[in-house]
Parts: sequence; C-alpha cells; structure tokens
Amino acid sequence: MTTEAPTQASTRDRKKPTRRWVELLLLILAWGIGLLGTMQIGWVSGEGMTTRYWVTAGVVGGLALAAHITIRIFARYADPIMLPVATLLTMLGLLMIYRIDVASARRAVLSDSPMPTPDVYSQLTWFSIAIILFIAVLVLLQDHRRLARYTYTSGLIGLVLLVLPLVPAIGTTVNGATLWIRVGDLSFQPAEAAKILLTIFFAGYLVAKRDSLAVVRTKFLGIELPRLKDLGPLVIAWLVSLAVLVFERDLGTSLLFFGLFVAMLYIATQRRSWIILGALLFFAGAALAYYNFAHVRSRVTVWLDPWAYADTGGYQIVQAIFGLANGGVLGAGLGQGFPNLVPFAKTDFIVAALGEEIGITGLFALVLLYAILVERGLRTSVAARDSFGQLLAAGLSIVLALQVFVIIGGVTGLIPLTGLTTPFLSYGGSSLVANWVIVAILLRISDRSRRPAPVAPSPDDAMTQIVRAV
Amino acid sequence: MSRQVRRLSLVFALLMVAVLVNITLIQVVNAGDYRDRPGNQRILLAEYDRERGPILVGTDPVARSVETGNTLTYLRQYSNPRLYAPITGFYSLIYGATGLERTENRILNGRSEIFAVDRIQQLVSGRQPVGGAVTTTIDAAAQRAAYLGLRGKKGAVVAIEPATGRILASVQAPSFDPNKLSSHDPTEIREYYNKLEADPDKPLLNRPIVSLNPPGSTFKLVTAAAALSSGRFNPNSVIPGPRTYDLPQSNKELRNWNRRQCGPGGKVTLRDALAVSCNTAFAWLGNELGADALREQSELFGFDTTFEIPLRAATSRFPADPDEPQTAMSAIGQFDVRATALQMAMVTASIGNSGRTMIPYLIQEVRAPDLTILQTTEPEVFADALRPSEALALTEMMVNVVENGTGTNARISDVRVAGKTGTAQTGNDQPTVAWFVSFAPAAAPQVAVAVLVEDAGAEEVSGNGLAAPIAKDVMEAVLERR
Repeated sequence: MTTEAPTQASTRDRKKPTRRWVELLLLILAWGIGLLGTMQIGWVSGEGMTTRYWVTAGVVGGLALAAHITIRIFARYADPIMLPVATLLTMLGLLMIYRIDVASARRAVLSDSPMPTPDVYSQLTWFSIAIILFIAVLVLLQDHRRLARYTYTSGLIGLVLLVLPLVPAIGTTVNGATLWIRVGDLSFQPAEAAKILLTIFFAGYLVAKRDSLAVVRTKFLGIELPRLKDLGPLVIAWLVSLAVLVFERDLGTSLLFFGLFVAMLYIATQRRSWIILGALLFFAGAALAYYNFAHVRSRVTVWLDPWAYADTGGYQIVQAIFGLANGGVLGAGLGQGFPNLVPFAKTDFIVAALGEEIGITGLFALVLLYAILVERGLRTSVAARDSFGQLLAAGLSIVLALQVFVIIGGVTGLIPLTGLTTPFLSYGGSSLVANWVIVAILLRISDRSRRPAPVAPSPDDAMTQIVRAV
Repeated sequence: MSRQVRRLSLVFALLMVAVLVNITLIQVVNAGDYRDRPGNQRILLAEYDRERGPILVGTDPVARSVETGNTLTYLRQYSNPRLYAPITGFYSLIYGATGLERTENRILNGRSEIFAVDRIQQLVSGRQPVGGAVTTTIDAAAQRAAYLGLRGKKGAVVAIEPATGRILASVQAPSFDPNKLSSHDPTEIREYYNKLEADPDKPLLNRPIVSLNPPGSTFKLVTAAAALSSGRFNPNSVIPGPRTYDLPQSNKELRNWNRRQCGPGGKVTLRDALAVSCNTAFAWLGNELGADALREQSELFGFDTTFEIPLRAATSRFPADPDEPQTAMSAIGQFDVRATALQMAMVTASIGNSGRTMIPYLIQEVRAPDLTILQTTEPEVFADALRPSEALALTEMMVNVVENGTGTNARISDVRVAGKTGTAQTGNDQPTVAWFVSFAPAAAPQVAVAVLVEDAGAEEVSGNGLAAPIAKDVMEAVLERR
C-alpha cells in the first residue's frame, strides 16, 4: 500500500481519455433512477404523472445536462463520476421532499386545515441556483490555484460568516441553534458558505506555513511536539469552534470545523502529533462544554439512552429509529412509509425518512454514493499536481465526509445528535448550493490534474495508481 | 501528503463502516424489537392507513371503512353491529381482530396473494393496496328473523341451505357492538371490552359455532339415522318404549320426559318413538346398534371434524368409549355428547339433502377493489350420511314430529316442515338448554335451521315452546324471499 509506483505517466498523459461519455451515461442513469422514484410516489399518491411532473423532470434533466456540457467545454478532463453521483443524491433529496410534501398535503386535506406550501419547488429553485453557481465556478475559475491568492480574504469572510448569526438584527434561532441569518424573506445558513471559504483559507495557510508547522521541537512521551508558538492557529481554530458551540449552540458546525482543521493540519505537516493534540483539545472542549452547558449535556444524555426520553429530548431519534426499523431490509417502498412521523424529515432527518422507504438496501447504496463522492475527491487530492490543490481537494472531501458521518451517525444514534444538513439531500438552499460549489471546485482540481500537462507531471501523480489499488 | 490523505481515507472508510453497522443493527437485527415498542404507531397506522374492504351481506356492506381525517385515516364501521357481530367480529386497536375481520384480514387489507395481478401493478406503481370485498352467504331476512326471535333470550341460531352448505344465518344472543371495540378511542375500547368480559352471559362468545352443548333429543335424529342405515329397522319397526329403561350394569333407570310409556304395552314404532321423543326407546336402540355405529353415523354428519367456515368452529363430539349405560344416554344426546348449533344444523340439513352432508361455508365470493370476482366458493360434499331412501324415511318421521308430535309450534301453513325438539341438561343441577332443529319444505328443503336457547325450563316442551317459533320465523323468512 505504501510502495511507490514507478512514474511512467508522462507518455500516457498525452492521450488520456476524457471519459465524458461515461459521465453522460451515468448522468442519464441517475436521472432515470430519480424519475422512476418520483413516478412511484406520484402513483402511490394517486397524483399520477402530471404535466408538472414532466416539467420538473425536464428541469432537473436540463440542469444536469447544462452542468455536463459545461464540464465538456471548460473541464473536459475532470472526474466523470462526481457529477452523476451529486445529481443522483440531489434527485433523491428532491423526491423525498416531494414525498413528504404529498404526505403533508394529504393530512391537510383530511384534517381540513390549510394546504401547506410544497417545499419541492423551492428546493428545485435552489437546485437551479446551485447549478448556475456550479457553472460559474467552472467557467470563471480556470485554475484553482488562483484561489490561493485569496487565502486571508477567504479566512476573514469565512470567520465573519461563521459569527454572523450572532448579530442580533439578522441572526435567527431555529430549533435552538442560531445558525441562520435572515434578510427580508431570505434566510441563509452562513456556515455553509463558511465551510468552503475556511477550507480555502486552511489550504492556503497550511501550504504557506506547513514547513514551520512541521518542525519538531521536543519529544514528549514519544510524541513529537510542535513548537509552542506554532500552536497558535490550532488554538485559535479550537476557540472559534468552541465559540460556535457555545454561542450559536451549533454542535455540528463546531465539530465539522475543528475536525476539518485538524485533518488538514495533519495532511499538510505529515505529523501525527497534530491529530493527538487536536483530539486532546477536542475532548477537553467536549468536557468543558458538557459540564458547563445544559444543551450539550442534554444531547449526550439523550444519546446514551434515547428510550428513556422517548417523549421529550429523545423523541426525534426514537421516531427516526422506529422509521428505520419499519423500513427493514427492503423498505416500505417509496410513498408507503410514514416518514412524516419523524420530526424534521425534510432536513436533518431525511436519511431516516429515506431509510424507512428504501430500507437498508437503499441506505447502503446511499452511503456508498457518499463514499464514492468522497473517494473521488480524495483521489483528486492525491492526483493534484500542486500542494494547494491537494490540500484544498482533501479539505473539501473531508468536509463532505465529516458532515455525512456526523449527521447520519447522529440520526441513527451512533454519536450524539448534532444539527447538520445531509449534503445534497436535505431541504435547504444554502447547503445544496454550497455542496454543488464544492463539487465544482473538486472537478476543477481534477481537470487540472488529469489534463495532459505541458510540463512533466509531478511525482505525486503516481499516487493515483496506489489509491486505486487500496 | 498523499500518504496522509490515504490514511485519512481509511479512517473515513472505517467511520462509514461504523455507520453501516449501526444502521444494520437498527434496520435488521433489532428491527423486530423496535416495531413492538410502545409508542411506535407505524404498524397500526399501516393497517389503518389503507382502505379496508367491506364485508357484504348481499350487496349491503355490514362492515366498511370510512375516512376520518385524523392520524388513523380509516375507521371501521358496522351497520347493524349486534346483528352481524358473530359474523364480522371486530377490528380493534387494542384487542386485534375476530370473526371474518380476522380470518379474511389479508383479503380485506388487500395483501392476499389472490390480488397477484393487482400486486404487480402495485409493485410498479407503489400504490397502497386497497382491500378486497368479502361477500357472505348470509340471508339478511333469515338473520334478522333469528335475531329478533332470540331477543331477550340467551342462545344461538344457525341456518344452512341444505343443498349447498351455505350458512344463511348465524346469530347469537346476547351480542355486542363491534363499533365500540373498533373505535379509535383506547379508553372507550378498554372499558367496553372489560365490561363484555365481566358479563356472565359472555356476549363475546361466538355461540352459534363455538358453544358446545349436549344436543339432547335432537341427537335422536342421529340415532334414528343409524338405525335406518343399519338395515335392521324401518319407520314401522316396533321397538320397546316402556315407562322406564333400566340402565344396564347399574341400578339407575332412565325415564321418559312425561313419565309415561311411549305406546300401548310399552311398544312403539320407530316413527312414533321420534314423534313423542321417547327416551326409553332410543336408549334401547342405542345399545342395540352399539356406540360405534352411533359414532360412525354422527361422524358422517360432521361430528369429530373441525370446520373452518372460515371461522373456526368448535368440534362436536361423540364420546370415545362409552359403556352400555353411557351409550344409552349418548343415544338420546346426553352424557358426553356435545354439539354446536352449527353441527345440529348440519345434521338436519343433511337429512333434508337426501342424506348428503355438505361442508358449511360463510363466504360466497371475494371481489377485488374494482369488484371483479376473484374467488367463488363452490359447494363441497363432506360425506354421504344416509341413502336417499333412508333420508326420505327419516324426513317423513320428522314431518310427523311437527304435524303430530312434539314440534307443533314450527308448523307453517301450506308448507310441510320436518323438525325435532330437544331439551338437554348440561350437567347435574345445571340449567337446561332447549333445542329445535328443522327444515322446510320437507320435499325439497331451502333452509335447515338449528335453534339453541339456553337457561330454558326443564320440560321437553321447552324445545317446542321456546325454540320452535324462532325456527319457524327463520324458515318463513327464507321461504318468503324465494
């Protein structure tokens, strides 16, 4: 696994296939799966296949096709797997939101209450915006290395965005967490944009500073400790994460940023000591938060035994587990479960809602889709020809991976529940747009690394084969 | 840096595996446990979320689902709840289902294999299955006549179409209101159920098919049938019918209900013995024929067989190895002979159907949600209990019972009715049960009926007094309709 493969890529690079047809084929497959799923829900609800259905299918297909054509023109050597996977995930999210809309509408009709506004259209609108931004990134950002120029700008804006919800006039508290800002009718989760900006910042910053950060000062109990003055950035990241946790009560975002920073620090400096230090700080912070803040404490208590709090704090998780259990191996079938019994079924708990209707078979496939996406991202990182690209691709993939783990783990009771969106699936514009931008940047980096190079490829390129063998 | 990325990807792979293992624990390993947890509404909602098919009497839905507008989408409603309770049963949140609601659950909820064609369509469309309709064999007029007849009494009525085995009526008294057990209000359901359970008259007992009682003198039909089919006797055979019959091997004696001898000089024809329900003559006859012959004959009528109509009926029994005095008692439907009203209706129907016992059934047909017929029950022969000539002779003997004997209250003008009364002691110092079984018209019967009235008086006449009028009403209800 660690043996170095001989570098012999230079000649082959010249005729590297673009594999755009693979992408198109997979895209059509993804579109077809989404279409069949929506069709099934339409049938179950008795709505059938209305004009609205075909328009929706057309819009989604058109958007995906637009993304594909953009890649053909502006990033023709980019990874062919990521776009279809992201499209399929988005469509699964759309169809689940549509399915819950149907359930809410049905209940409204039965109980004679006012019809709720379907959320699927606004999600579809957000998908369009996401694709527009996706295209914009690929068109405007011809070389990801240009992002390195905005390292500190990104860091500053990212940090501001992160604390923005605390500004009284625009910050909104939803379900106990202050992670929204609201301007007029538009609400927006700044942490979603912040995660991209901060990843850019971490990548740029660490590329510049990694040599000094890697310097070993002392050894303590066999651990190579960095110099004291180099601890600064880690401590700052830790404090910011704690601040997010304490003031915004946003467990998920806090965990995400700290985890991301530690992981990127480790990649950049190649020193395990950072991970150990990070872990120590994490546990210290967790203990601190546990003993000082009731909302953290209650999350942990509920996590340890949700059944004891089935009517109060554990209600969501217990309902989610009931839903998943009802799904079983093959699932209740789309449109045939009771996902609306789970609170926040369109956002935080969309995985539980999906798991009830598509079963463990479907959830395994879903988790594998994420795994493929993360793997392609990490592969892009390994194949990148520049350090900044490597770090950025790794960081963005880690954001995805951590977020998926934290939310799915939380919803299923593996770890304490934290409020994070499920990438691509959850209802919510900021999250969807941010994740599509992440895919765009990853595609740009992968296009750069696979594009036939005018110069000799870096030795790092050989790692591609190694990852493949893992 | 690549090495670190690869190590991290391994870490993430492990995290994903942890997530997958955890999901497996929830969705597969512990799923059954979670499904049964209190507070999990899903199983219930799944049942109450789809429209359950109706149970029909003729074209009238006596049980149907109506939309409610709350979380439990559909509510089960019974028109004429008490009238049809022994057939429909109930469909309860708390106590599950009984009656056809239970046995036909998979048809009513649309999950039966017989909807295979629909299923494929549902698989593609994912549409909720809608339940099929179950049409019963019940004749609304007969059912109502039996119900009205039993009002204020405790007992059961079963009416059968002799030629087919179709059950035309199955009534119990007292009855209960399945609506109150099928509501969505757990408190109401529990209160009502506990009240029914505490009632000494046991209204939840499906009397027509599960209540076992000694058939008393109505069992003399079986004894007479055994006598005729033995070839040794005919209706005119003269047999002893003294005032008392000394039970062999004991110092007890058996008396006639009126404490008289059955004919001049203690001799009586078989025909007259049945007409006056002569205990001593049939006790003697029982030992002449032997317990095995009696059992064999009873089994040809359906004793010792468990019928599922599709409600599971209790098995009527003829004692396994009776000695002579026990055989004598068994021959007149006492000792350990036990029969349901359904069983006695079957005996009667078989005699009326030229000795051919049909398998009783309650479901006429099953229809898909779109009303296409999916299944029709075809009549099925259970056994040939008598030769047609013997059946005809026994029928004439039974007509004699109604016209000149103990069953005069079952007479219908212009229609020849064949019948037999019965009274039985359910045990020492136990209340008696009165029976009446009959069919009409005698020559080509359209209905055979068995009426059971519990807590009747001790007299043989109570069969005629209490039960025969109900039988008459039920027969008339069927005959008038045709």
